[in-house]
Amino acid sequence: MSQPILELKDLDVFYGPIQALKKVNLQIQEGETVSLIGANGAGKSTLLMSIFGQPRAAAGQILYRGTDITQKSSHFVASNGIAQSPEGRRVFPDMSVEENLLMGTIPVGDQHAEQDMQAMFELFPRLKERRNQRAMTMSGGEQQMLAIARALMSRPKLLLLDEPSLGLAPIVVKQIFQTLRELARSGMTIFLVEQNANHALRLSNRGYVMVNGEIRLSGSGEELLGNEEVRKAYLGGH
Amino acid sequence: MDGIFLQQMINGLTLGAVYGLIAIGYTMVYGIIGMINFAHGEVYMISAYLAAISLAVLAYFGLESFPLLILGTLLFTICITGVYGWVIERVAYKPLRNSTRLAPLISAIGMSLVLQNYVQISQGARQQGVPTLLEGAFKLNIGEGFVQLTYTKVFILIAAFVGMALLTYVIQYTKLGRMCRATQQDRKMASILGINTDRVISYVFVIGAAMAALAGVLITMNYGTFDFYAGFIIGIKAFTAAVLGGIGSLPGAMLGGLILGVAEAQFSGMVNTDYKDVFSFSLLVLILIFRPQGLLGRPHVAKV
Repeated sequence: MSQPILELKDLDVFYGPIQALKKVNLQIQEGETVSLIGANGAGKSTLLMSIFGQPRAAAGQILYRGTDITQKSSHFVASNGIAQSPEGRRVFPDMSVEENLLMGTIPVGDQHAEQDMQAMFELFPRLKERRNQRAMTMSGGEQQMLAIARALMSRPKLLLLDEPSLGLAPIVVKQIFQTLRELARSGMTIFLVEQNANHALRLSNRGYVMVNGEIRLSGSGEELLGNEEVRKAYLGGH
Repeated sequence: MDGIFLQQMINGLTLGAVYGLIAIGYTMVYGIIGMINFAHGEVYMISAYLAAISLAVLAYFGLESFPLLILGTLLFTICITGVYGWVIERVAYKPLRNSTRLAPLISAIGMSLVLQNYVQISQGARQQGVPTLLEGAFKLNIGEGFVQLTYTKVFILIAAFVGMALLTYVIQYTKLGRMCRATQQDRKMASILGINTDRVISYVFVIGAAMAALAGVLITMNYGTFDFYAGFIIGIKAFTAAVLGGIGSLPGAMLGGLILGVAEAQFSGMVNTDYKDVFSFSLLVLILIFRPQGLLGRPHVAKV
């Protein structure tokens, strides 16, 4: 197998006295869509944030294209091609849609800004209608689209998505996953963290299941969808 | 209209514009790291000394034209004061970034004492002064009295306005400004997007110091005298202005400065000069009771 774009080796992460991640091992190959599913509080978001060193790993290694980034600053990680649409979206509330998108261009500079912004407006037409509106005034779904588009503005090599379906109406979830499918098809490497296992696994090449900070299962998307344990725990039996 | 009222309006606006410039430093620093930089008044005081030094040096080399003199002084003072702002943040606040909220506040008070004593020892405790740079005034006759608008005041109003307009432009429309705003709104997210937030915080201190330096040059032009203790009272006044306008809000700081300056001048003109500070701080108390978020501020919402 070729060198993975991202590899976590025996990663231990603590939140104060509580161990949030226990000996996590995980690999993502270039061009893959990989999902991490698990219940609320399993440590999924912590895993994504720890790639940016917030919180810093207590033990283990994070390798990005073979380079150890475990001790690097957040802005270093971002500048080298990893982008994240984080838990809770975290769009800048007092900035307009356009300004939020421009904030995504920090790692690459603004020479492609205009062109990339148009591409985002094609991907998410709703954002175009709201381009001068302040982010805080938009609906959850629109903010989610904005968070994903902002991450894409940095032309990332690896896109991390934290629960893009959380709190959204089913129709909006469908739209967002449709867009993610297009992105994956265009060759983007996506690491998707989800509680919505059904949608996530159907989109992904491979998946990991996290329970209480540990990776419990891994396999291809179909394997996990067919797995009895996964069906019972995350798919509600349908 | 009454002559005294108009005269005090002019005086108040001039003073208020300068309060506003200094208040910008308080409000921006508070906005970005949630801390009151109590050493900011001292930054202003140092800039007054730097302005005097610069004027003396330029005059020594025979420079006499007012535009060149003031331009050279502004450039020198703003640059060196900016360096002070940067160093103060590095030495006194950055090492405390992840400690309790109280720690940098105490550090700021310590920094303010250090700077006062440093200036007192190196420059002496005596009052220093500079000669009037710009002579002359417009005179308007109103009824029996007249109103005097000195060229110095006109210059102060224009320079303060230009400084504020420039800053507003930078914050609203440039990449640096967007980075400052992003860091202010969500520092963690800003860092995830590739912004070096420590550097942005340094920039904010430099910008605040530069604005204080502009104020320092302007006040020195107007009053001519200052000492090592000059930063204290004006620092507290500018802080009052920042709270009045809504701390964390940039337009709030400018508005708060103007309102405080005018209120103080009108109180001096109509009631009593000796109690003008009492009046200003009573105003602060009233704001804190009835509108703690200030005129343009937003009520505090706890972040989850």
